[in-house]
Amino acid sequence: MKARIKFSKTGSMRFIGHLDVMRYFQKAFRRADIALSCSQGFSPHQLMSFASPLGIGLSSDAEYLDIVLEDGESVDGFVPRLNAVMNDEIRVKGFTLLEESSKTSMAVLAACDYLVTVKKGKDSFLLDIPGRREAVKELLAQDSIEICKKTKRSEKIVDIRENIYQITDSLQEFEAFTGISYGTAALDPVEYSPVLYMQLTAGSVVNIKPELVIEALCRQAGEEYGWLSYQIHRMEMYADMDAVKGEVHTMSSATPCRLVPLSEYGRNEDFLRHKETVPKKN
Amino acid sequence: MRKLALSDEILLSVEKPARYIGGEINMVEKDPLKAEIRFCMCFPDVYEIGMSHLGIQILYDMLNLREDIYCERVYSPWVDLDKIMREQDIPLFALESQQPVRDFDFLGITLQYEMCYTNILQVLDLSGIPLRAADRTEADPFVIGGGPCAYNPEPIADFFDIFYIGEGETVYFDLMDAYKEWKNTGKDRTSFLKMAAQIPGMYVPQFYQAEYNEDGTLAAFYPTVEEAPDKVQKQVQRDMSDTFYPKKPLVPYIKVTQDRVVLEIQRGCIRGCRFCQAGMIYRPIRPRDLEFLKERAREMLRSTGHDEITLSSLSSSDYRELQELVYWLIDEFQGKGVNIALPSLRIDAFALDVMSKVQDVRKSSLTFAPEAGSQRMRDVINKGLTEEVILKGAKDAFDGGWNRVKLYFMMGLPGEEWEDIEAIAVLSDKIAREYYTVPKEKRNGRVNIVTSTSIFVPKPFTPFQWSPMVSKEEAEQKRYFLLDKVKSQLNAKSIKYNCHDAEVSELEGVFARGDRRLCDVILQAYQNGCIYDAWTEHFQYGIWEQAFRDNGVDMDFYLKRERGEDELFPWDFIDIGVAKQFLLAEYHRAKEEKTTPNCRAGCAGCGALKFQCGVCVEERGAGLDEGED
Repeated sequence: MKARIKFSKTGSMRFIGHLDVMRYFQKAFRRADIALSCSQGFSPHQLMSFASPLGIGLSSDAEYLDIVLEDGESVDGFVPRLNAVMNDEIRVKGFTLLEESSKTSMAVLAACDYLVTVKKGKDSFLLDIPGRREAVKELLAQDSIEICKKTKRSEKIVDIRENIYQITDSLQEFEAFTGISYGTAALDPVEYSPVLYMQLTAGSVVNIKPELVIEALCRQAGEEYGWLSYQIHRMEMYADMDAVKGEVHTMSSATPCRLVPLSEYGRNEDFLRHKETVPKKN
Repeated sequence: MRKLALSDEILLSVEKPARYIGGEINMVEKDPLKAEIRFCMCFPDVYEIGMSHLGIQILYDMLNLREDIYCERVYSPWVDLDKIMREQDIPLFALESQQPVRDFDFLGITLQYEMCYTNILQVLDLSGIPLRAADRTEADPFVIGGGPCAYNPEPIADFFDIFYIGEGETVYFDLMDAYKEWKNTGKDRTSFLKMAAQIPGMYVPQFYQAEYNEDGTLAAFYPTVEEAPDKVQKQVQRDMSDTFYPKKPLVPYIKVTQDRVVLEIQRGCIRGCRFCQAGMIYRPIRPRDLEFLKERAREMLRSTGHDEITLSSLSSSDYRELQELVYWLIDEFQGKGVNIALPSLRIDAFALDVMSKVQDVRKSSLTFAPEAGSQRMRDVINKGLTEEVILKGAKDAFDGGWNRVKLYFMMGLPGEEWEDIEAIAVLSDKIAREYYTVPKEKRNGRVNIVTSTSIFVPKPFTPFQWSPMVSKEEAEQKRYFLLDKVKSQLNAKSIKYNCHDAEVSELEGVFARGDRRLCDVILQAYQNGCIYDAWTEHFQYGIWEQAFRDNGVDMDFYLKRERGEDELFPWDFIDIGVAKQFLLAEYHRAKEEKTTPNCRAGCAGCGALKFQCGVCVEERGAGLDEGED
């Protein structure tokens, strides 16, 4: 029985790496006595996969984990049951059963929303409202935004202009664009001053990290990019309803993309009675 | 949201920041302001090692059962953070509250191996606590040491206010009550230490005086205040089933060395191997009740979500209900994807049956610890394992499909001859040959044997406490000799030989049987940059050598002498139950190559009977079947 979990990762849990989050969930499922289907062999492991690893230091309100439930026994009351054995800084925010034919969230991931904040006590030209608006306008006016993308294996120059679906300093504008009401982010606005919201291409083919966009803005402003000054917070992850296999949607693509949050993609409609509810923190 | 002691910048610039954030599953949360006693438990090594230690989990759980106590934890910051904390003057903090260790009432440090001694000073230093107990004031915590190295606390006596000698389950609450009483009186630090000294098992080093003979040996060792006893009694938890044991152990976020549920099935050992300190200081063996173990196994697996459980004891095969326990664990949990790990198991039919059920035979290896290569040497050390039994075990395992074997030996044992070392290579080869008696079609590729030797370090409270230790030059010689012998065996290509570092072993040897005069050496080595001595990449032998020279302390005095039979040892003020006369008689039997039967086969009258528990009071006759080896 395929299912998808949406969870947040904040506070001190920002320092827990992706593989450790995986181990954390494996243990949490066992504590909650939620049986997951396992791989075969002498060291069977629970079947689970994440939509997209979150880098160390980043926080999120919308991480997605796909699992395969052994049976329907745990479906009722799934969220409170799992949250009861979790810590305060990784919380399950949603649970949905998927169609058995649905692809993994990793395979369908098309875009992510990010909030960029400046940490308390840090300086950044983005703290200045007219300044950052001007900077964004100038950035988007360019035909191409070339950035050096470093991976473990190589360095290459990529143009990220077409992969910035939206960038603004206004939450209202961003909500109007994405059609999502985000509510309050799990970030203390005293510690972290919001400066920009952005929606970027994500997924296994092309994945644009928000750091690259900040870096481009800094370079354009002739400022040094101090990565420690910023707290980046993931707000949502999307699948593209009209995705074409192997193609990446860009701003100039012929077919517009139709993004839906991963929590709504591939959902088993018989499961509507278990509609996502945001549980109260206990 | 939890407030962390370290900034994002620091946490993002060090390796594995999860070492410093606390907040683990099952961490105890209390209001520090409401706790009458704040106790910080420390393992002076890196987080992944410290978090794997069962003793701290037991004491953490036990102390936190009391509402008036908040027990927290601290580990040695790794070298990267150590540097940052010194540069930026950040005080060492406990993981739970993230508050400075210096503000605590107690700092309890577990002493699991000698090579952690400089890390003790690191923890004190980073906390801002004066390194020497004599320099501490009412603003500082009381620093308590415990664990196996507390059985000879003298080399680190200056750095501790109190040593807790023995098992932590017995008198910690008495000590805490005494502290509360003292706190209300508003008296000075010394008056609390005088109260502590009167609690059985508590050793307050500053209340004792050591005098030396001209040859450097100890002439006298006596208390200087009337509150301190002449002899400190080792603490023994007599009933192992009606006692403290965590139901909800901590679950770290990062992978630690012991990333599993640990079930201590018994404490102590019946075997009486003459090199083994644990086999003497934890006497008598005390098994835990089977039902107690089943209940705890179930609770701990549920509360942690771990996917593995391991049995812990010095010799699991001597737990009488082992078969019942292991088959129960398999029936109960294997279907739920829980792996069962079984270390320290004698290889026999039962062990092979269980292992074939819980492991992938093709990937796992078998471990034998013959400890010595020749039968003569095994008799000297009283290791009741014969070549016949080893070869039979290996053969059965090979028939069962295994092809990897790990062998553990010691070099530099008392009375060791070149033939005894050669016998290590020969035994390794015999095991390899055994493999090729298995029909070819049943073999699983080539046999793979890993032979490891460590250097024997004589320890206090063992029959070999009088024995000289092999020098590092001799150890090197012996290593090359053995390497050469391994290479000349028929199956040389199937045998891989590893050897433990001789310089580290030498220092371990000095500290193991050292005295108070070593405190200055350790302090200087630390001040000149030694920490993490147990980690090869951080071990700086040159600095140690210099520290010995500068303080006029001769390592050979501690290492190379055969100690006189009537010599007073620095640790003789501790009464572990096992009598010095018994140890000496065992030393004599070792020289005569005579073995001594294990506790169940026949009582050798070691002295542990006075604790009136465990094997000493078991029904006689019930254990006769264990007598054969």
